[in-house]
Amino acid sequence: MDFAIGEDRQMLADTMSRFLAKNFDWEKRLKVIETEHGFDRAMWSELAELGVLGALFSEDVGGFGGSAFDIGVVFAEVGRAIATGPFLETLMAGHLLASAGESEELESVIGGEKIVTLAHAPAHDAESGEERDVTASGSGEDWTLDGAKGVVGYLGAAELIVVTAGDKAFLVEADGEGVSVSDYRMVDGGSGGELHLSGAPAKLLSGVDASTIAEAEAAGVVALSWEGVAVMDQLRDQTLEYMRTRKQFGVPIGKFQALQHRMATLALEIEQARSSSINAAAFFDKPERDRFVAAAKYTLGKVGNLAAEEAIQIHGGIGMTWELPLSHYAKRMVILGHLLGDEDEHLARYIELMRAA
Amino acid sequence: MNLEYTPEEEAFREEVRTFLKQKLPARLSSKVREGKRLTKADMEEWHAILNEKGWLAPHWPEKYGGTDWSVMQKFIFETETAMAHAPRIVPFGLSMLAPVLIKYGTEEQCRHYLPRILDGTDWWCQGYSEPGAGSDLASLKTSAVREGDHYIVNGQKTWTTLGQHADWIFCLVRTDSSGKKQEGISFLLIDMTSPGIEVRPIKLLDGDAEVNEVFFTDVKVPVENLVGEENKGWTYAKYLLTYERTNIAGIGASMAALEQLKHVARTTKKNGTLLIDDPLFAQRLARLEIDLENMKTTNLRVLDAAGKGGAPVAESSMLKIRGTEIRQEIGALMRRAAGRYAQPFVAESLEEGYNGAPVGPEWTGPVSSQYFNNRKLSIFGGSNEVQREIITKAILEL
Repeated sequence: MDFAIGEDRQMLADTMSRFLAKNFDWEKRLKVIETEHGFDRAMWSELAELGVLGALFSEDVGGFGGSAFDIGVVFAEVGRAIATGPFLETLMAGHLLASAGESEELESVIGGEKIVTLAHAPAHDAESGEERDVTASGSGEDWTLDGAKGVVGYLGAAELIVVTAGDKAFLVEADGEGVSVSDYRMVDGGSGGELHLSGAPAKLLSGVDASTIAEAEAAGVVALSWEGVAVMDQLRDQTLEYMRTRKQFGVPIGKFQALQHRMATLALEIEQARSSSINAAAFFDKPERDRFVAAAKYTLGKVGNLAAEEAIQIHGGIGMTWELPLSHYAKRMVILGHLLGDEDEHLARYIELMRAA
Repeated sequence: MNLEYTPEEEAFREEVRTFLKQKLPARLSSKVREGKRLTKADMEEWHAILNEKGWLAPHWPEKYGGTDWSVMQKFIFETETAMAHAPRIVPFGLSMLAPVLIKYGTEEQCRHYLPRILDGTDWWCQGYSEPGAGSDLASLKTSAVREGDHYIVNGQKTWTTLGQHADWIFCLVRTDSSGKKQEGISFLLIDMTSPGIEVRPIKLLDGDAEVNEVFFTDVKVPVENLVGEENKGWTYAKYLLTYERTNIAGIGASMAALEQLKHVARTTKKNGTLLIDDPLFAQRLARLEIDLENMKTTNLRVLDAAGKGGAPVAESSMLKIRGTEIRQEIGALMRRAAGRYAQPFVAESLEEGYNGAPVGPEWTGPVSSQYFNNRKLSIFGGSNEVQREIITKAILEL
């Protein structure tokens, strides 16, 4: 048993942490999230140069990491700084590109030259009120896609779009024919968009199947759970500091037992969430992967909401302001719960696996 | 990072399992599994078996008969014994008094008392709580007044677990009332056969009497029975709270109990549906299991840090809170699973050798008693509210 993160990973974390502290301070973030795509493209290239994106992939596909713990370490730094940018999209779409042996495209992604995103979840269709997904038709080298995908991360900024259709995945050029994009900013910073495809030519990612997609999703959950715990740590520490300094009734509010006990419970829950993120990474290459991934995403949703809501409540009015970084951490925290299935979906998945065991 | 046991730890686990297979009497493990009440003789029998192997006091130094196990080995031992439904080791002499004697007692006291704890000569109980001193332990009033070579002890202790079996009691007593309440407390060892001691059982809500009141009327205690210095007892009592407690979360006990609960959920029908297929029950079960899986890793992280020399104060309290909550929730789900058969109360059926026909499914017999008995978990050893105070004190640093 060993809970040390390892020297190489620690170095990467330190490098990333220093870089983000210097290049992505609070003023900078406030400016960046007001830009069209909600992230800094130039900084993205620099992060790529530092090796941050390469750390998400194994050596045989052009990276130099790729283990679940490598992914965890990178996303923990993303969380600590609540950095915006297509980190999750790069991880998941990149995973599918790697599985399909698209080494040239993946290389340009890892190098930061091209932005890739993953269009996976269906879109809301205004006419029918139903969900609308993408269907593929064709064979061999000749495929076209029709339909829509909803809330695709950083869609407006992407040059490459990996689109899932059932158990298959395709690569689409963002400026190709039949591709239309409407994009918007997200509530927690960053951007997203709705993707509409109409007879859009697409390249089949051969070798991708249901299990590859499930693996990409599992990697995504590992990433989110590590990012989430880092955000929770920030929420807790900022709230503790406020409890030490904010005075009411003549004393620091941390003197009040009603708040102390809530904070103690929150601190405990965060340690449980940290354990769940470690479990998800530790079991990533083992038969119990899906069980621990579901447990981690469920825990992330449950504890994340508690952390966000308690942090705002204990801060009181000031916690409601745009000006205070805390409120942005709280928004990121809550939205992390929505990505790749919320706590109810993952609890349901866990129950399914529990019954089958 | 890696959550797997090392080959050495794996080998140790095998050694423990083999030992349990060979030496744990089936009569005892059945009683534990079926929730029957253990007698004094049962507990002594298991202690003797462990003592013969040299495994009764793993956390003592080797020179007094302990092992040189790592924290991870202790965790493995505790988990495996619980999973095998071995009786719990009675902690009062072994885990509570002994560490204090070893740290603060004289060499003579150690040489006299420790072997007698190991071989079962002395059964110890703990005299801490009083009617007016529970969570606020330092306000205790039982007094010890020095008269020549003796202290004269007067007062009352309560919630004295298994005191009815005890030969000796270690007590916190007041030797000075002039200053701060924490500064006048001493740690005294008292022979339960001394004239002036009266033990009265307290019948608890589950119908059992595992705790007692102990009354002291002009009890003469030789001064050599003082541990450490007079008026420093609070320091020694606190040492117990921070003393490395690898088993505070009771992971092994929870794992064994959860296994039983899942078996019940897979085999028990309610309104024609197996409980595991009932969406609401399954949800409670899944939440509980996830919490326990997380807790296991939290516990291992704390042990890892402790093994590297850390002093996990807030973390120990977190383990105590969540560990007891999980054990209580398992008991609560067992009670729910029993449905209407949670009602029958056939106290004799909890004794060994009961031959009457079970009322309802056999496993339902003890579930209500256990559920109610488990309320104690979040109250004793520093209530879970006191643990929250400890956590915030450590992390807020106000």
